[in-house]
Amino acid sequence: MKKAVIALVVTIGLSACVTINIYFPAAAAEKAADKIIDDVWRLQDAAPAPKKEEAAK
Amino acid sequence: MSGLLNRNNMQSIKSIVLVGLLCFATWVQAAADLDVATPAVSALKNSMQARHAQLAAHYASGAVGLTKDGLIALRDASAVPLKDRQGINALVAAENNDRVALYKEIAAGNGHPEWRGEIQNTFAGRWIDKAQAGWYYESGSAWVKK
Repeated sequence: MKKAVIALVVTIGLSACVTINIYFPAAAAEKAADKIIDDVWRLQDAAPAPKKEEAAK
Repeated sequence: MSGLLNRNNMQSIKSIVLVGLLCFATWVQAAADLDVATPAVSALKNSMQARHAQLAAHYASGAVGLTKDGLIALRDASAVPLKDRQGINALVAAENNDRVALYKEIAAGNGHPEWRGEIQNTFAGRWIDKAQAGWYYESGSAWVKK
């Protein structure tokens, strides 16, 4: 009985890991998008947009 | 209660925690960054950068707007100067081809082709956030002037 419970917990745990692993990295995607958009629209050369980090300080 | 946790159970719990930590470490590493320096992505970026010299005026005049799905569209053909009218559709189509390819390449380049839709959604929001004042973007089913 106990073994069955442990086996169940391990199965659930492992499937949760697989799910977590294919999660879309939203923050990294935003960072990547910002980098590309800045380049394509040449935003760094012209007027640099105010940074969020500075505003948060 | 503590009597239930005999030595065997404790060991099982320890290994479960260990597996969990390993998975978490892998996940953190995978989520740290997206690689956007692949040759395909760089080529698309350069092509879009060059095209932007032509497109910028059309964004500013309101002839072309940013769609909510991360592409661009001709929203007011009458705002296009006569000399550019003939080429505007091709210009918009070329930009959209590059954008679709860009989203696809970023997803594929990071080993997750299935992320394409989410990458496109992320870009859609960021293009609009970074757009200049006066440019048009799609919100719901209407065009909004930023």
